[in-house]
Amino acid sequence: MTFEYSPAPESRAVVDIAPHYGLFIDGDFVETIDGTTFKTVNPATEEVLSEITEAGAADVERAVKAARAAYKQTWSKMPGRERAKYLYRIARIIQERSRELAVLETLDNGKPIRESRDVDIPLVAAHFFYHAGWADKIAYAGYGDKPYGVAGQIIPWNFPLLMLAWKVAPALACGNTVVLKPAETTSLTALAFADICRQADLPPGVVNIVTGAGQTGRMVVESPGVDKIAFTGSTEVGKLIQRALAGTRKGLTLELGGKAANIVFDDAPVDEAVEGIVNGIFFNQGHVCCAGSRLLVQESVQDEVLDALKRRLSTLRLGDPLDKNTDIGAIHSAEQRARIDDLVRSGEDEGADRWSAPCSLPDRGFWFAPTLFTGVTQAHRIAREEIFGPVLSVLTFRTPDEAVEKANNTPYGLSAGVWSEKGSRTLWMASRLRAGVIWANTFNRFDPASPFGGYKESGFGREGGRQGLAAYLKQEVV
Amino acid sequence: MMEGRLDVRKTYKLYIGGAFPRSESGRTYAVTDAKGRFLANASLASRKDARDAVLAARAAQRGWAGATAYNRGQVIYRIAEMLEGRRAQFEAEIESAEGCSARRASAQVDSAIDRWVWYAGWSDKIAQVLGSSNPVSGPYFNFSVPQPTGVVAAIAPQRPSLLGLVSVVAPIIVSGNSCVVVASPECPLPAITLAEVLATSDLPGGVVNILTGAPGEIGPWLASHADVDALDLTGVVDDGVATEMAVAAAETITRVLPPPSSPPDWSADPGLGRISAFVETTTVWHPQGV
Repeated sequence: MTFEYSPAPESRAVVDIAPHYGLFIDGDFVETIDGTTFKTVNPATEEVLSEITEAGAADVERAVKAARAAYKQTWSKMPGRERAKYLYRIARIIQERSRELAVLETLDNGKPIRESRDVDIPLVAAHFFYHAGWADKIAYAGYGDKPYGVAGQIIPWNFPLLMLAWKVAPALACGNTVVLKPAETTSLTALAFADICRQADLPPGVVNIVTGAGQTGRMVVESPGVDKIAFTGSTEVGKLIQRALAGTRKGLTLELGGKAANIVFDDAPVDEAVEGIVNGIFFNQGHVCCAGSRLLVQESVQDEVLDALKRRLSTLRLGDPLDKNTDIGAIHSAEQRARIDDLVRSGEDEGADRWSAPCSLPDRGFWFAPTLFTGVTQAHRIAREEIFGPVLSVLTFRTPDEAVEKANNTPYGLSAGVWSEKGSRTLWMASRLRAGVIWANTFNRFDPASPFGGYKESGFGREGGRQGLAAYLKQEVV
Repeated sequence: MMEGRLDVRKTYKLYIGGAFPRSESGRTYAVTDAKGRFLANASLASRKDARDAVLAARAAQRGWAGATAYNRGQVIYRIAEMLEGRRAQFEAEIESAEGCSARRASAQVDSAIDRWVWYAGWSDKIAQVLGSSNPVSGPYFNFSVPQPTGVVAAIAPQRPSLLGLVSVVAPIIVSGNSCVVVASPECPLPAITLAEVLATSDLPGGVVNILTGAPGEIGPWLASHADVDALDLTGVVDDGVATEMAVAAAETITRVLPPPSSPPDWSADPGLGRISAFVETTTVWHPQGV
């Protein structure tokens, strides 16, 4: 029996997008000195949403100066308990404006409203709430109590406001001020956050937001007035940043790409595992650095798992991200879809077997049907490179040792999943997997109290939890 | 030295994979005392030696990390015991190499032994101090544990030749890393004598590999080696070399502990910084339910 769904779109009336946005510097929206502008589009419709400013060198310097002045004159002198109250205020305003932020995020990013409403925005508020509590307890965390000063932060487009929260909340809690550059295709919620800072009466200059593309990011990285860089994005850009900072005394934390193994043992509860596999790779259209993009399934249950998986994928609803029944939203950009196309083609060319869920794609916007490859070898590009899209590569294993070997056979090491009913085996696996986050019988769960970050080429440093504070406190090693 | 008897001199070689090979390049350099008098010919390690050392370190790392923390602590304590037993030899070597008084040389050996003891005690406490259980909103037992980064390449400080080396190596290996360390080029002899101590302390071969030679020559090869997970630049005195190594490290997102911004006080409490520089954090979400 098939159920038909009527459209159930979330209303856009709660958002008010300006036709043009300046930069948020020293507590005010200002026009650029030496930059230009660009358009931001809704990836589900290709409709132009607004015109955003691409900050130039003079703009970035102005923002860094404002952050420095705010650090010296206000933020570093303020007791932790007062900083805490500002962060609590911000958390509350985010909760109050959560509907608006969710719709705005979905419009600008293309992710389903179900995810922005139920995952992204609640986690954003939780992150500010969690870190607010740390602000007057930093000395108890074990990393000293000296902030860096001005933190330059560069974030990606896949979880725009959530990544902002992961960066801004701990930085402010530890006593730093911030110059943040959002991804060029998802500036709108960052600009809404600027307005939230104003509503919270956050002192001017504590948070500065410079919109723009890679060039603007490079200016933030290279600015001599920045004491610490925190970057989330591709491994390729992470390497450029690490190189650019070599020999300087700036702090650096990197949260980069991944190619996580999601490992299913023969005793795993199959229905639960299938939900976890789907959540692992098709959550947020697979635009997730810690996505479970390599399914490692024990050979004896391969057929059973794959049959159930294909059945489940056939029921996913792809379409209007604002529709509350949508599971799979739009691919974020034409550029990203081209990259997915390229890797999927390589999978076919290299001899893996492709299966895509039968679903019709809307005429406008950027889309990709949920896809999986079987017959994948470890040498295939689709088993080695991060696709960052709704594409799953299926490999098999026979023994736990083989599962560990295959899971670790990647330059990345961000996350992994283990599906088994046997706790001892799960913990045995967890101690051998070279990954920063290991989900047992679940996947893609996040919490402000839970440290997140990678091994190897997935970066260094942690975000969240007590350990995450180390990224924003300057420590001299004896 | 007995009248009329010629003493037997020691050949100072490299320490790789638990063995004492000469440099495959066949190169040596003359090591002199503080007054410029000849002491010995030390091996001048090559790029190939550095690669062999990384290979040995990689091979040994998993087993060492897999040993219990209690066991690692006992092995490291054993190093202190062995060092204590041979202290006279170290005192003599430090005195001639650094040109310091016997009293200072003796104090340096004291500190080096005590440093091994300090780190031995850390092995089974690192996870308790750096780890955590995390109160997440959901039915999961969520915990974070520190894990060794893997293979660490280090440049030991020029001086103090023994205490500096020990202060760099001990915190690297205590958590389960293996290491390749380039000893002080001016005073390499105490480093090779330390290798003899390590070789008789139940430390598995390959956990510590010691190269003598020019840090500026071998360092960049180690930094760009894809199987090196982290770099400790503590002993790099040349800013250009430090930057070159940090640039090479970026190619595989190798972790880098930069050189100290001012000359370190090696007699101070080392703190946890050197241990935490070379561990990763794994966070596990384990389900709870009936």
